[in-house]
Amino acid sequence: MDMTITQKILADHTGLKEVHPGQLINAKVDIALGNDITAPITIEKFREAGAKRVFDKHRVVLIPDHFAPNKDIKSAENCKLMKEFAMEQELTEYYEVGQAGIEHALLPEQGIVVPGDLVVGADSHTCTYGALGAFSTGVGSTDLAAAMITGELWFKVPETIKFIYNGKLRPWVGGKDLILYTIGEIGVDGALYNSMEFTGEIIDSLPMSGRLTMANMAIEAGAKNGIFYPDSITEQYVNGRAKRKYRFYTSDKGAQYKDIKEFDVSKIEPQVAFPHLPSNTKGISEAGKVFIDQAVIGSCTNGRLDDLRMAARVLRGHKISSNVKLIIIPATPLIYRKAMKEGLFDIFLDAGAVISPPTCGPCLGGYMGVLAKGEKAIATTNRNFVGRMGHPESEVYLSNPAVAAASAVLGRIGSPEELGAIFLSP
Amino acid sequence: MKHKGRAWKFGTNIDTDAIIPARYLNVTDPKELAQHCMENENPQFLKEVREGDMIVAETNFGCGSSREHAPIAIKAKGISCVIAKSYARIFYRNAFNIGLPIIESDEAVHGIQDGHKLEVDLEKGEIKNETTGQIFKANPIPPFMQKIIDDGGLIEHITKRSC
Repeated sequence: MDMTITQKILADHTGLKEVHPGQLINAKVDIALGNDITAPITIEKFREAGAKRVFDKHRVVLIPDHFAPNKDIKSAENCKLMKEFAMEQELTEYYEVGQAGIEHALLPEQGIVVPGDLVVGADSHTCTYGALGAFSTGVGSTDLAAAMITGELWFKVPETIKFIYNGKLRPWVGGKDLILYTIGEIGVDGALYNSMEFTGEIIDSLPMSGRLTMANMAIEAGAKNGIFYPDSITEQYVNGRAKRKYRFYTSDKGAQYKDIKEFDVSKIEPQVAFPHLPSNTKGISEAGKVFIDQAVIGSCTNGRLDDLRMAARVLRGHKISSNVKLIIIPATPLIYRKAMKEGLFDIFLDAGAVISPPTCGPCLGGYMGVLAKGEKAIATTNRNFVGRMGHPESEVYLSNPAVAAASAVLGRIGSPEELGAIFLSP
Repeated sequence: MKHKGRAWKFGTNIDTDAIIPARYLNVTDPKELAQHCMENENPQFLKEVREGDMIVAETNFGCGSSREHAPIAIKAKGISCVIAKSYARIFYRNAFNIGLPIIESDEAVHGIQDGHKLEVDLEKGEIKNETTGQIFKANPIPPFMQKIIDDGGLIEHITKRSC
């Protein structure tokens, strides 16, 4: 039977020759991931189950990133609980603040997740690793506890929707715009319970940073996972960083799809998702005059080096508007150091930005950039639900890093072209 | 098992930030989480909801983050059952895992208004609108999920299997 890449990975992790959509399987898990807000409940469930040891001390990954460096006493208690558990279980993949970064940037960067893996994480954006050609999906704390104890978890094999991107990318359009546009087309439940498979000539040449951004937001369309076929770009990325052997899977020619959607990207301009849904998208030329109080460049969606370079290209030689706070968050210590060495920090500081240590902080209204009543922010993050970044009467607009940077300078949502910035592909 | 309560209607795409805002995610105590359940979405709900009441929502209930705090907050608030046209997948798994009864039914959501009195029979998969007298059918629970429920939740389910 011809299968999709998702079916093949699930079949191999179940010891079956083939699996079909709708089938319930119990699959082996390569990596089980938790963070400082989900792991405390997981650890409670682990104890409740009477478990003594995790299934594999090298494959349970715990990262303090959401409210770390600790934002308050309660968060500190959670991080302490997680750290003590990691020490008790002798976990090799626990990262303390200073080595830790935003989990979905850190795990691929450090080669902890590799192509062909089956990954579960108690964080909805665990779907990010589909960029590497892994099956990767978000679960809750109890599911994570089950996976941590047994090294297995049950899944329903999803149907797949194939998304094909052809044409020629316009300046300043990248992975973020493609995924926002796609969610705008299909809606926040457009791929509910399904796998999203990204392909086409545009995807073939899309850098890993763009693929990670796209896979990251598959959940915003309700998908179980988003996935790319591994290729030479994948090989180049994982070679030298993979901590384990990896395997490239791809979809068979005769694989069955629930639906196939084709997009001519030549028509797609930089996208902005208006409040309060990621699907509420408009092209930048239709944004109108939206004055902003804050811009955030970072997160598991767009906090990678390519994203910071893109922002720097726009900000170079400019000062941000006196009405705007610009918060830039390199997603990992390595990205932080590289950005600093490349001189990006000088550009950011000269422009009037503040640079935060790696944290998820403002994306979910935790800290490090929470909005007051009535404030508006443009952010390279992934969600703009009511109250997501702070007060329930604040607003979040989602965009790519170039648009967020340009908007910080303009004081309103706008395009890099308005500043005369020259586009160079990453 | 039968539940009785009043309906609290909600719209489409009720996300987990609406159910429990992320600023409370450093809390794990169910009672404390319950004090903030739906506070951005409907402050009246927070003040007036009674033990046994039910949430009735349109499609894609529980979309967004994987936080188990969301079904925990709903359950601790005293909600006996959620009825929706569809659920986001992580919320769906989480609800079963922590023992919050959830039901899928298009016709029930259509036929229930805010404040209607309801009786839900989980075993029969039946929702009775006591205000209008109408009876609705719930979509059947997948047999595998039923096994998890019968075992008393996912942790009990895997503990039983490994014995």
